[in-house]
Amino acid sequence: MTAVPTHARAEAVPAGDALVVNLGGVWRITQPLPVWRKVLGDRRPHAVRLGVDGLERWDSSLVRFVREVEGWCRAAGVSCDATALPETVRRLADQLAQAQEKRRPASQAPNVLAGVGLAATGLWWQTREFADFVGECTLSASGLLRHPGRFRWRDCLSEMQQCGAMAVPIVSLSSFLVGLTLAYTGAIILRQFGGDIWVADIVSLSTLREMGAVMTGVVLAGRTGAAFAAQLGNMKAGEEIDALETLGIAPVEFLVLPRLLALTLMTPLLVMYANCLGIFGGMVVSAGVLDIPPNAYWIETQTSIGLSDLSVSLIKSVVFGMLVAVAGCLRGLQADRSAAGVGRAATSAVVTSILLIIVADAVFAVLFNALGI
Amino acid sequence: MNGIPETSVVTPDPGSAPPAIGVEGLECRYGDTVVLSEITFAVQAGELFFVIGGSGCGKSTLLRHLVGLMKPARGTVRYSGEDFTAAGVMARRNLLKTFGVLYQSGALWSSMTLRENVALPLEQYTTLNRRERGEIVALKLAQVGLAGFEDYFPAELSGGMRKRAGLARALALDPRIVFFDEPSAGLDPVTSRKLDELILQIRETFGTTMVIVSHELASIYALADRVVMLDHEAQGIIAEGRPRELAATAADPRVREFLTRGEEKA
Repeated sequence: MTAVPTHARAEAVPAGDALVVNLGGVWRITQPLPVWRKVLGDRRPHAVRLGVDGLERWDSSLVRFVREVEGWCRAAGVSCDATALPETVRRLADQLAQAQEKRRPASQAPNVLAGVGLAATGLWWQTREFADFVGECTLSASGLLRHPGRFRWRDCLSEMQQCGAMAVPIVSLSSFLVGLTLAYTGAIILRQFGGDIWVADIVSLSTLREMGAVMTGVVLAGRTGAAFAAQLGNMKAGEEIDALETLGIAPVEFLVLPRLLALTLMTPLLVMYANCLGIFGGMVVSAGVLDIPPNAYWIETQTSIGLSDLSVSLIKSVVFGMLVAVAGCLRGLQADRSAAGVGRAATSAVVTSILLIIVADAVFAVLFNALGI
Repeated sequence: MNGIPETSVVTPDPGSAPPAIGVEGLECRYGDTVVLSEITFAVQAGELFFVIGGSGCGKSTLLRHLVGLMKPARGTVRYSGEDFTAAGVMARRNLLKTFGVLYQSGALWSSMTLRENVALPLEQYTTLNRRERGEIVALKLAQVGLAGFEDYFPAELSGGMRKRAGLARALALDPRIVFFDEPSAGLDPVTSRKLDELILQIRETFGTTMVIVSHELASIYALADRVVMLDHEAQGIIAEGRPRELAATAADPRVREFLTRGEEKA
């Protein structure tokens, strides 16, 4: 045994038309290794003979090197004699050669037309699954009305705390800043006409009719919808949902309904709170920058908004809350059973929730306009 | 290659090179709770060494200490004489390169294909280019009987295949020592025996030292050169030796009971 291990060697010695390649030293995959092209150089031998000279220890790197030499010989139409190598090396090199031939084709990327078709059918299936899920939730909810004792009130209350009370700080910050921004933006135009006081109208109307509900919805989509998807996705990966089903407990009733109810009840409260803070944000800008006294701002706000605006805000908040909860839970239950699947479910829950909020908001705009609310 | 070959007991040559793994006075704790104490044993190079014992005796905890996932409260772990417990960052990295670990469930990274899973250690620790890495991956997957599955994701494989893929990843750098955490857990007897054959085959090919944590008697008798048995109450080693000899002659009745599934008593 040598004191200092020698690095892997591959020395080429010409022998007539043939090239003898002697392999020696310690072949460790993590150490520097000989490169066949360099060993070969400009030589074009008619035969290659692999031999062993002082080979101490070896691993897969030697097998790979032998395989590369064999591959080169085959491509160049040259005979390759590896009989002098240890039997295990030859066996492994053969195994590698077989494995390379056996390679299963990866799932091929579809062409553009097929891609469009797949995307369209995918969208159709997603819509169907969403509708199925909403239907299942409705059925479970109606079943629960007949047997209210089966409802998981404790879970529902803890979810309410999680998605309601715990969301107050982030909702406060976002709605106050949105009110502030609205006031600044409104002031740019209104100041030119000396109509500073109407900043109160702009802030209160847009907060109540749009920004309060939408901003809270988006915040909840990111905060609560993603959490629902991750929780349920993780439960699915850990077969917890299967365990519920084999016990005859419907996952929708046990897991989804408490979350759905919690978010449907909490979102209107959060939205009302967000509306107040938005209007307060406008008031701060008006008082500080536009010199409108707070009481004047408040009186103007009261004259500009009515019960209909408040009901618009309430209706939207209930629907947005439901959408976020349904999207979050659905994506969680659809998640693949792996860490990556849970991650995708959470992302998809946020994207779906926000998309649904925007679409629903547009539908409401048309609807309320037609109804004259 | 087929069938389980006779296992050869590696007889250590006293006074020669230090053992592949040397554990001295190891104490394992979770917070204030001592799980194992005064653990001392040595594993010779090329040996198939089993850590056995009933559930909850600290087998997996010992394994986590050996591979550096947990820090021992006391004692040292040495690899070929080099202190792993007190090693600096670089020395530790160099030692980690020489290990492979097969976790109970395979622990494959679920967002990566088998190719990417097996290639990651190669990317980290070798200078091989993409094509060369691909060849090593193909060889490793072929060795564990998964040739051609490079582009599969772990979720698309069965439990036994996942475990074999985990072994391919553990073997990627041709480690000198491979640790196994309950290799047969969750496998049917036939798949489990095939995995045992695979373990023997790899040891024969590369002379790898293997440390296996298990309570599967079939595997213990088929593979083990030597075992240490841990016990929950004793918080340490209660027996060390060849499994068949221990089953017949161990002084401690707990050891005989374990190795004969309690049938001797009845």
